[in-house]
Amino acid sequence: MKIQVLGTGCDRCKALTANAEKAVEALGLSVAVEKVEDLREIMRLGVMTTPALVVDGKVRAAGKVLTADAVMELLRS
Amino acid sequence: MKLPVLGESEEAPACCAQPAPRTTAEAAARGASRVKTAALLAGGLAVWAAAYALVHPLSELAAFRVLGLSPSSRLGQSVAFFLYDAPKVLLLLVLIVFGVGIVRSFFTAERTRALLAGRRESVGNVLAALLGVVTPFCSCSAVPLFLGFVEVGIPLGVTLSFLVAAPMVNEVALVLLLGLFGWKVAALYLVTGLAIAVAAGFVLGRMKLERYVEPWVYASMKRSEVHERERLGFQGRVEKGVEAVRDVVGKVWPWVLAGIAVGAGVHGYVPEGLLAGFMGKSAWWSVPAAVAIGVPMYSNAAGIIPVVEALLGKGAALGTVLAFMMSVIGLSLPEIVILRKVLRPPLIAAFVGIVALGILLVGWLFNAVL
Repeated sequence: MKIQVLGTGCDRCKALTANAEKAVEALGLSVAVEKVEDLREIMRLGVMTTPALVVDGKVRAAGKVLTADAVMELLRS
Repeated sequence: MKLPVLGESEEAPACCAQPAPRTTAEAAARGASRVKTAALLAGGLAVWAAAYALVHPLSELAAFRVLGLSPSSRLGQSVAFFLYDAPKVLLLLVLIVFGVGIVRSFFTAERTRALLAGRRESVGNVLAALLGVVTPFCSCSAVPLFLGFVEVGIPLGVTLSFLVAAPMVNEVALVLLLGLFGWKVAALYLVTGLAIAVAAGFVLGRMKLERYVEPWVYASMKRSEVHERERLGFQGRVEKGVEAVRDVVGKVWPWVLAGIAVGAGVHGYVPEGLLAGFMGKSAWWSVPAAVAIGVPMYSNAAGIIPVVEALLGKGAALGTVLAFMMSVIGLSLPEIVILRKVLRPPLIAAFVGIVALGILLVGWLFNAVL
């Protein structure tokens, strides 16, 4: 599994990264949450509102800070 | 709470708003939680209305009875102003942000982009400015949004109209102005803010500044994947509203209190009419001064309004104050720094210069006609 947080380094992006990391830890997964700050990469994924959460190359949430619980639910499904 | 159900993880076709519930039990549960949400909403509104009605009597009681301050003293005036305005503005803010959160759940950046794609310049500028008001926007998303717009061929000037209107015509500011000064001031703010966004985008578009966009923007352009759209029901929208309140009010309340504290100080300690001399109508240079001070400053709309209220009360002219407010919230250093990633300095300078000029003209116009 590959988890990425897309954002240009604002507070909200940091908050989402932290929540994603919490969720990964709570689920006992051994994956690192990757931060994507490169605009070209963000653009390639078709994201216009940051922060966004990408799981296995698929955009699952954009423009909002998901809570750790919400990320967990998303990763489970 | 939605539990992961097998086969429910993929989105429904965009045409139907909600998938048909599979069983009657599921349908009943959905209906019950809908009723519960509606009841909570109604209860919340009732509590809000009661609290709002109590703010004035309670603030006077607290300032003059409990604290024993004299209504005619300066300290008494300031404290009463603070105790009245702080809860009032915070209550208004909660209600407005909730409402706006719901309205915005109907608009996404993707939908806005689809609406703008393929528009001609003039129509596009107007539409972009209007959509800038209702589309969810945060200055940290300015760059991805810019790229997303340019990518589908939306002209530079139209994109810039959107980027001017989105922060400058702020819905929180609009409703606070409406609540504190009445519809005329609010309408002036809305109309002139939109006019500046339309005109600035149009002029910038005419100037053919595309060469000052970082070259890689156009070079790496290709159609991006479209990601799935959320489906929201009544409940989803209410949740969006609550989320917006938590997000926005949770972040801006210290600013609001600081703004009200400044306003309270001005209210109690600055003599009536003192500001009329150098922020009044007769001082033509006060508008450029207000813009020059306002552009590098950054505060959010909710924090600047109480200051506006206090300044107006002491004889500052409306045009000057409005120009100050627009330049504080419409142009900000952090956003400019972010935009620098895709725009080269000449374009940034043109952008800031033309928007500032628009604000300046609006300030003078108001001071001249009102």
